[in-house]
Amino acid sequence: MPHANALYGPLDPAPDAGYENAPPRMGFFTDTSVCIGCKACEVACKEWNGVPESGLDLLGMSYDNTGALTANSWRHVAFVEQPRRAGLATPAFEQNPDGPAISPATAALGALTSVDTGTNPGLPTGSPGAAARMSAGPQPEFLGMPGAQPPGRGTGVEERTDFRWLMMSDVCKHCTHAACLDVCPTGSLFRTEFGSVVVQEDICNGCGYCISACPYGVIDQRKDDGRAWKCTLCYDRLGAGMTPACAQACPTESIQYGPLEELRERAATRVATLRGRGVPEARLYGDDPNDGVGGDGAFFLLLDEPEVYGLPPDPVVTTRDLPAMWKRAGLAALAMTAATVFAFVGGRR
Amino acid sequence: MTDRPPNEPAGARFREFQDRVDQAVGQRQHGRGRGHDGEQLTVPVADFTSYYGRPVLKPPVWKHDIAGYLFTGGLAAGGALIGAGAQLTGRPGLRQVGRWTALGGVTASAYLLVHDLGRPARFHHMLRVAKLTSPMSVGTWILTAFGPAAGVAAIAELAPRLPEHGLLGFVRRLAPTVGDVAGLASAVTAPALATYTGVLLSDTAVPAWHEAYPFMPFVFGGSALAAAAGVGLIAAPTAQTAPLRRLAVVASTIKYLGGRRMERMGLVGEPYRQGRSGRLVRAGDVLLGVGTVAALFSRRSRVLSALSGAALVASSVATRFGVFEAGMASARDPKYTVVPQRERRDRREGRSPAEKGT
Repeated sequence: MPHANALYGPLDPAPDAGYENAPPRMGFFTDTSVCIGCKACEVACKEWNGVPESGLDLLGMSYDNTGALTANSWRHVAFVEQPRRAGLATPAFEQNPDGPAISPATAALGALTSVDTGTNPGLPTGSPGAAARMSAGPQPEFLGMPGAQPPGRGTGVEERTDFRWLMMSDVCKHCTHAACLDVCPTGSLFRTEFGSVVVQEDICNGCGYCISACPYGVIDQRKDDGRAWKCTLCYDRLGAGMTPACAQACPTESIQYGPLEELRERAATRVATLRGRGVPEARLYGDDPNDGVGGDGAFFLLLDEPEVYGLPPDPVVTTRDLPAMWKRAGLAALAMTAATVFAFVGGRR
Repeated sequence: MTDRPPNEPAGARFREFQDRVDQAVGQRQHGRGRGHDGEQLTVPVADFTSYYGRPVLKPPVWKHDIAGYLFTGGLAAGGALIGAGAQLTGRPGLRQVGRWTALGGVTASAYLLVHDLGRPARFHHMLRVAKLTSPMSVGTWILTAFGPAAGVAAIAELAPRLPEHGLLGFVRRLAPTVGDVAGLASAVTAPALATYTGVLLSDTAVPAWHEAYPFMPFVFGGSALAAAAGVGLIAAPTAQTAPLRRLAVVASTIKYLGGRRMERMGLVGEPYRQGRSGRLVRAGDVLLGVGTVAALFSRRSRVLSALSGAALVASSVATRFGVFEAGMASARDPKYTVVPQRERRDRREGRSPAEKGT
């Protein structure tokens, strides 16, 4: 019978799924501090896995024209433009007619675009206010509107800002406690010996349950074939001892692939180094085996709050509460029975 | 939110951007609090961010088939329970109505469930496994047990139309017993059928659905009984409907108590109170109240019985679609995902909510 951590808490998923002598759990460590936004990972993933085209349009979301992880985009490079106070003795761009950055305003506009990704739900539009706050970054009071005048005219040098660009290659998290896998009613989603989570496309019947269950909004349904698709951690390559296509293609080693234990150690060192060099906002996301999903197989080093990158701040696997849910359903079922019995025997005939 | 056609010319989109910016500025100047989604561009309503304001979750891909199934599945379950109650207390007219309701409901359910699949031809892949962690798998097996039993029970009601002699005569004599056993079997599985759907919706990352898990099975169970009682009030002989009036009262009470807790869930419960989903939920509540009260006064009037029954059925439809839509709204707005999770994390880490960074 299931043990205490079957639905929640730290766990090594492959042996738990029944593999004997499973290889070490493999995963990704995506260090966003060295991502240069080249999108080689997106391209390599599409090439290797034969992922269909996901709509070709300009979205107005900085250099991000993919928009989101979908069934047709298994890697997604996020781009966030944030104005920052320069913090220098000489104001930024002193001789140039630059005014306050308009990044928050353009981000607000970028929230309203969409493109037909060929998937469902694909890329829903967003809330402009939240987008503006994303781009405003650590200075929430700063929400510039595009002015009618050329930038900088009529504003002093003190209004000028420096700028930072956050880039992050997002991917399926291959959770320790994967809600998509738990709720799949056909057994199409399964745990591999490497601890990753993979959809079997010959089994999936497109019920869509995994899509509502994923706390990260990763898995998605293709419109033309009706099935759910997501990153497989290149299961076919792993079996042959190869590195997943995205990690192989990454020119800056922002995407690192390897045994999860080793990656976690490397990530902890990297955060310490960055903080030591004066980047206090560097933090790890999804590395903790005690978090709401038991730790992610693919975790990240971020330079801002998770939600800025489109990640949930504190995801919890929905099946953690499943025993309590069944209990409540049982009580409700008893209440229904009692109500019926009362109705038929309770009163006069 | 605008669903724009794909590959629309960029110029049109830019003009629309400009309009929206102008609109937002104009509204701010007039001091009105409603911009896009009731939110002003420049004044944060709630201090939350998300990547380009887009949903963190993928909104469910379930179509209205599933909202419809929540209703028809519940109706079938309620019908089976009423059929069994009538069977055991000697009310043949009501028994017939209950059994036909169960068969009709479960047939519609099967159609809606298969139709909603991305690959309908693969519906039988549900039968490959039985998984307690997947409410949909559990539901599949509940339906597999309930459906045939409800079918046999209803078809057994046709026995009196068979000839009295020969092989068919034998079937005719056997049918009532078989029907009774099948009717009881369907009634045994019925409460599970009506309440597991609460777990089905709750076992998702959708905030309004997940957080409502303690209440949703009660809402669905109560609503199921009310709907089936409604059909009985419409179709059964008035002399046999006394239990239905009691049932309507108890069922409404169960549904009302559960629903009230659900609607008062704070920020996460907002979609049950606001917008289209909120209106549907409220319509469900009002119709349930009206239907129940009318049912109590309808003892002598066939017309009032039917009207109260119709209100009860309509209430169930509105409730199911309301809850379904609330989940959609809840997944589409990143506010419901980000704000409660941040609060939870900050509480755990002992940080004040305003504090940013690690």
